[in-house]
Amino acid sequence: MPAQPSTATVRTHPLGEAALLAELGTRLDTALNTRAIALAAALKKRRDVRQAIAGYSTVTVHFDPDQTSHDALTAAIRRLASKRPPMAEPGRLHRIPVVYDGPDLEAVSAVLGLDAAKIVEIHTKPIYRVFFVGFVPGWGYLGPLPEELELPRRQVPRTKVAAGSVAIAGRQTGIYPLATPGGWHLIGRTSVKLFLPDSDPPSLFRAGDRVKFFAAQG
Amino acid sequence: MNEVLRVEKPGLLTTIQDLGRPNAMPAGVPAGGAMDRFAHRAANLLAGNDEGAATLECTLSGPELVALRPCLVAITGADFNPHVNGRAVPMWTGVFMSEGDVLSFAGRRWGARSYIAAAGGIAGDRWLGSMSTNLLLTRGGMQGRRLSAGDVISVAGLQAAPAISGRHLALHELPDYADHTLAAIGGPHVTRLGAEGRKALFGSAFEVSRDADRMGYRLEGPMLELSGDELLSFGLVFGAVQVPRSGHPILLMADHGTAGGYPVVATVAGAALPVAAQLMPGDELTFAEVAIEAALRMRAAQRVALDSLKS
Repeated sequence: MPAQPSTATVRTHPLGEAALLAELGTRLDTALNTRAIALAAALKKRRDVRQAIAGYSTVTVHFDPDQTSHDALTAAIRRLASKRPPMAEPGRLHRIPVVYDGPDLEAVSAVLGLDAAKIVEIHTKPIYRVFFVGFVPGWGYLGPLPEELELPRRQVPRTKVAAGSVAIAGRQTGIYPLATPGGWHLIGRTSVKLFLPDSDPPSLFRAGDRVKFFAAQG
Repeated sequence: MNEVLRVEKPGLLTTIQDLGRPNAMPAGVPAGGAMDRFAHRAANLLAGNDEGAATLECTLSGPELVALRPCLVAITGADFNPHVNGRAVPMWTGVFMSEGDVLSFAGRRWGARSYIAAAGGIAGDRWLGSMSTNLLLTRGGMQGRRLSAGDVISVAGLQAAPAISGRHLALHELPDYADHTLAAIGGPHVTRLGAEGRKALFGSAFEVSRDADRMGYRLEGPMLELSGDELLSFGLVFGAVQVPRSGHPILLMADHGTAGGYPVVATVAGAALPVAAQLMPGDELTFAEVAIEAALRMRAAQRVALDSLKS
């Protein structure tokens, strides 16, 4: 049972005159993220709110300054955050096949002192949470990654990472939906499409979903 | 038929833009939309359209367009010296074109982005609620790409007000595009800068680097040093000034990524974003710290100027 949320923990900061950042906490934490997603959903129902996007432990709120103000919305956010969030439904479960042959697998194995088979075993064990979707279309911030696989980002980011690359960094894991620059360690690849431009929403993952990786043959 | 203009020459980078797709942000899709929203809205109102209709956003040079039937157009934003049939026509004014008339641009005088509206609103592919072109994702507008010679532009035909040529926005009603002082509100992580850093951010000149596009501008100037731990990623907004580890700030523009984890030290006021949208590599800018109330007053003044075109 999570502790009763405390209103004192919600801080808001202006992001210009028509948006604000509501901070529920600064930790990578499933309970905080559940509250952020619930708060974003509640805020989206308000007429003076144009968009509310949950981050790990924050909500970025775009509002209409003709209908409300930073201070009025802050008060409303504190009221909403003090309520116990409705029981979160378990997010949809995605089973993602991964070929564990990434270009960084060997280096990761050397740094962590774990052989490749052990890395695969640890990476495929948890059911990860989609904390939120953002950065690039369809990218899901997944975690928490088991501590045994925790590594800082690469010293030199790659200028291009292939779409479908499965990567780890810190206590996070993720899949690159598009060929983009990236600084995470690439341990595998999947053929599952994450960015679905002809669907609405155009992302396979949604905040609160669950993801289980399993090893597949290339 | 709704075909109204044929593209003879596309210009350097001309795309179809409207007010973007904010509802797609939770899927990680940039909201996008016109960079200079004041010029975009004004062009539409001058052409008798709803403010949210699509326009052509022309970057650094203008296109050459032939009217396929009589139409009213309006050109706003950066001045690329517009002409119809070789005769100069005014900016920020509704201009009537007859069938066969040629709209061309003699060359850039100032600014980075000019907007062309046509009565009825430019038509384009609608993707996730918006006609805005996203070149990276190749969606929206003209098949997700920039205009090219031979393209035929149609209008959507949704005209809000009768098209009246000669409608005009006076110079004093425009944002002060020549003043590159951008009003900005302190950001969530401004305290990480310390007193010295804050003085550097709000007191120094920054230069727009060559790495400047619709996603954002990398700025050169004093290096900003921040304290504190790495942040968890959070949702970003158009106008946010983020500071990566290099210490050189990035001003996020219309096509910015939806989330990131770099500290945000300031956010440019909405009413100052049109000025930012007209900056080019090599231009200098400064950030002037203002209170939310001052930003709201600037916003209201621009609203009054735009509303004056609705009567």
